[in-house]
Amino acid sequence: MPLTFPQAVRNLPAPPLFPLTFLLGRLMRRVAARHPAILTRLGPHAGARILIDAQEGPVLFLMEPAARRLTAHDRSHVPPHDACITGPMADFLSMLHGLEDGDTLFFSGRLTISGDTSAVLALRNALDDAELDLTEEIIATLAAGDAAARLMRWGLRRAGALAGVSLHRQPEDR
Amino acid sequence: MELVCPAGTPAALRAALEAGADAVYCGFADETNARNFPGLNFSRPELAAAIDLAHARGKKVLVAINTFPRAGAEPMWHRAIADAARFGADAIILADPGLLAHAADRHPDQRLHLSVQAAAANADAINLYAREFGVRRVVLPRVLSVEEIAAITPEISVETEAFVFGGLCVMAEGRCSLSSYATGQSPNMNGVCSPASHVAYDSAGGQQSARLGGYLIHQRPQGATMPYPTLCKGCFTSRGETGHIFEDPVSLDASRLVPALARAGVTALKIEGRQRSRAYVAEVVRAFRAVVAAIGSDTPPPAAALARLAEGQAATTGAYAKTWR
Repeated sequence: MPLTFPQAVRNLPAPPLFPLTFLLGRLMRRVAARHPAILTRLGPHAGARILIDAQEGPVLFLMEPAARRLTAHDRSHVPPHDACITGPMADFLSMLHGLEDGDTLFFSGRLTISGDTSAVLALRNALDDAELDLTEEIIATLAAGDAAARLMRWGLRRAGALAGVSLHRQPEDR
Repeated sequence: MELVCPAGTPAALRAALEAGADAVYCGFADETNARNFPGLNFSRPELAAAIDLAHARGKKVLVAINTFPRAGAEPMWHRAIADAARFGADAIILADPGLLAHAADRHPDQRLHLSVQAAAANADAINLYAREFGVRRVVLPRVLSVEEIAAITPEISVETEAFVFGGLCVMAEGRCSLSSYATGQSPNMNGVCSPASHVAYDSAGGQQSARLGGYLIHQRPQGATMPYPTLCKGCFTSRGETGHIFEDPVSLDASRLVPALARAGVTALKIEGRQRSRAYVAEVVRAFRAVVAAIGSDTPPPAAALARLAEGQAATTGAYAKTWR
């Protein structure tokens, strides 16, 4: 019987944290540079440390917007944080790409939050306004050339379709 | 009928226009509007650009400045009105009589709408605002049945705008003090009901709890549906019974009543949800665009099927079809 996306991810070995954090840090700095309105919209909440717990994932992510830092952490060593958002990775990606509404996910019990509610709300609203496209941000972060970018777009779209998750913005959302 | 849609961010405004909004309502990122939430609303440059974008597409932007100024802090509200007028807002939505007088006096050419926060629920009250301040449209409080709206419209000289989808308040809009009681802040004075800074969620023992200002207002099994953390939707125990004392956590969906609202003389249909994402805005606006398109045709309005987006994942026709009186 084929594995679902959460099952497949859960079965993956935990990635080495240092290279993952290095790449996430580059991605975060790139996003902050390309979308400065995110930090403006976060305002006084930019300094909050927000833990993202994608339930099926092998690691936790800590986002520190003001420091332009996104780090990966082993589940057995939860880092100090001001707020935590817990839910399926597929839902986080759908929200990021404007396919799902955060309140709807919250009403249905799929997303739960704890800690600084204001910071979570500000982050949700700032990211929703930014209309990010994760595929394009990864391509920009890696400074991929035209041919490599085309290949990555194709590969990430195929990977997203196979996994049933959104890795890019839908054409009609542009 | 005009479809008036919410936008808490420029991205949501673009989504609303793409999905078929005739007009979009929004507010500044401060206490002058009743959705003053973290990370939400428009800066001055964002609002000016949004109005230009909407006008380029032949659509309207209505600016909500619908809170009640605190004594001594009026300049913030006066600046908001002046800026909205300068940017070319198609209407400013106001609730406070003092602000209405100020706007009518200083910006006599500016179209004014009366906010739902003014709670003008009868012809006499609506005509007073029209006569004294030149209000051109009233957003009807969500306490009226369709029959009552049909009785009011012939007796007033202004347009009417009726909510058709989204969150519901207790039936005293602009006068509710529940949030103030628990947190010291209210939608009426501070633009925020149940401010996030006073909300705390906690998970323990398979239960998720929500507290507002320290008061436990919900406790549900992990993964169960959860409403907004407002006292009015809270679940309390009283006289040995546990339940929703004020109102059930359900949202308004009057899609099937749109033809009746049209016959009652309603000019515009309003969708609630400036605090929601661009995904919500796009889906709800598209659904109601189809409902409006079906008015006057032989086909019944399409079922909106939007319950999953609603608070409590359940919908009601609210007071429009009330049977309890």
